[in-house]
Amino acid sequence: MMTATISATPDPVDTSPEKTAASAVVPHPAAPTRNAAAEQAAANLRIAVRRRREIAARIAAPLLGLLVFLTIWFAVSQMGSIPGPAKTWEAAKVVFSDPFYKNGPNDQGIGWKIGGSLSRVAMGFGLAALIGIPLGFIIGRFLFMRNMAEPVISLLRPVSPLAWLPIGLLVFKGADPAAIWTIFISSIWPMVINTAVGVQRIPQDYLNVARVLKLSEWKVFSKILFPAVLPYMLTGVRLAIGVAWLVIVAAEMLTGGVGLGFWVWDEWNNLKVENIIIAIFVIGIIGLLLEYSLLLLARRWQYD
Amino acid sequence: MDRYLNIDQAGMIFETRKGAFTALRDINLTIQKGEFVTLIGHSGCGKSTLLNLIAGLSTPTSGYLFLSERQITGPGPDRGVVFQNHSLLPWLTCFENIHLAVERVFAEKESKAQLRERTQKALEMVGLTQAADKRPHEISGGMKQRVGIARALAMEPKVLLMDEPFGALDALTRARLQDELMRIVAATGSTVVMVTHDVDEAVLLADRVVMMTNGPAATIGEILSIDLPRPRERLAMASEPRYLAARKAVLEFLYQKQLKAA
Ligand SMILES: Nc1ncnc2c1ncn2[C@@H]1O[C@H](COP(=O)(O)OP(=O)(O)OP(=O)(O)O)[C@@H](O)[C@H]1O
Ligand SMILES: [Mg+2]
Repeated sequence: MMTATISATPDPVDTSPEKTAASAVVPHPAAPTRNAAAEQAAANLRIAVRRRREIAARIAAPLLGLLVFLTIWFAVSQMGSIPGPAKTWEAAKVVFSDPFYKNGPNDQGIGWKIGGSLSRVAMGFGLAALIGIPLGFIIGRFLFMRNMAEPVISLLRPVSPLAWLPIGLLVFKGADPAAIWTIFISSIWPMVINTAVGVQRIPQDYLNVARVLKLSEWKVFSKILFPAVLPYMLTGVRLAIGVAWLVIVAAEMLTGGVGLGFWVWDEWNNLKVENIIIAIFVIGIIGLLLEYSLLLLARRWQYD
Repeated sequence: MDRYLNIDQAGMIFETRKGAFTALRDINLTIQKGEFVTLIGHSGCGKSTLLNLIAGLSTPTSGYLFLSERQITGPGPDRGVVFQNHSLLPWLTCFENIHLAVERVFAEKESKAQLRERTQKALEMVGLTQAADKRPHEISGGMKQRVGIARALAMEPKVLLMDEPFGALDALTRARLQDELMRIVAATGSTVVMVTHDVDEAVLLADRVVMMTNGPAATIGEILSIDLPRPRERLAMASEPRYLAARKAVLEFLYQKQLKAA
């Protein structure tokens, strides 16, 4: 293979540096363009081969990780207290065979359960965004407001989310509003704080541009404030969604109703442990999807 | 004498944690319409502070500044500023960055098409027509600086203020942009105040070089008129006695009279 000549079509497998070095120094005035084209083709091939290897490695590693996880799960299940992967898989096929059945208010398909949890999160989180993001802008922009809000936020933020549930039950006199309230109050902080930090971190230069141009308040907001804060805001939103999804499961365990959290609790009472494991997977996958879609969204608004 | 831009006994005292810090004192300077003035001095002497006073981004703690007989009380689009680090908005394209300024100044008098044409012309002037739809992070440092200049020029300001606009660039790009700036200023007849720490740049571009003493409490030390005809050819200047003499005078001021006591 090392005897390949320069002008001949390059051997796609041989990507050794000696060969490229040789073709670089040997003068070949007769067909310089063709030579260059051949080298280009060889380089392209090398890149393609390397990329394929990289992709393989990137897929292989996660697969291996999952395999290790399944093995450990299987080993633990052999000790008897929890069902193994196979049994869970069989149960999952039953659960997902009819995701949208309805047998009364408390016995509904997995689709409804997911929908129930998601809609509570959407309500609580949506309200939190609606209030938290403007609040963050105000706190970030006006020092007085910041000084006013700071002690309250520092006091309330570290409170464990579920501690808010009884307050919600008392005030709203219903399980669903109480769960939504809990989501609201625990997911609002990341959005308030990140938005406020984003506003404070706007480079003075950008604000000077606004001052030199004497832009109107609306232009300052739409052309400078908002786009500059957007990446921070989206980070806040992503953290908030994460918190909301963590909290909803716990809240539903306590409040009941159609949802993933109550399902876990219900199946614990029925001692159908394989369904609890299915619930755990469903919760994990949905959390992952939420996080990932927000990451994609955030990437669209990265400026450099 | 035409007192276009007039600085009268201006002083600037900053309140710092360690007490009052006098940055500038007794600044008196009159600049004529169409004049090109460069400000030179050692780092930290207060060049940016003075430029910000003219821009209206800060107000002097004593004294007054006037632009065509009206006191400067704040920033405004009649003074185009080219910032030290370009300050383009990263979420806007080059075109949009300039258009923002154009809109602000001319939207009341002109149609949308005319505004776009103005923006296009500004890009053309700095030779960046092809980069119109690129974002600032997709273009080189020199190109960014040119967009910054185009943005300031597109507003057709009374005065163009530039704070070390070429400071961060390599020597070749810097020379090219200096030539370009001289061409543009000759074409538009702009009044320019430019901060620099480069002696050659100060002398080559200026009608007058304003030399500042060291801080704290810096003020204007000397003012040197450069009576060289325009257009000035960089190469011809290298052997032009008047240029060399001016250059030497500035160097002497900076390195003998104002030797940095470090
Ligand atoms: N906002 C401020 N508060 C306190 N001191 C300041 C402030 N701005 C500038 N100074 C001080 O005023 C002096 C002049 O600063 P200035 O930025 O004008 O210097 P400069 O000549 O532009 O320097 P350089 O060439 O390094 O840009 C410095 O000693 C600086 O520390
Ligand atoms: Mg400066």
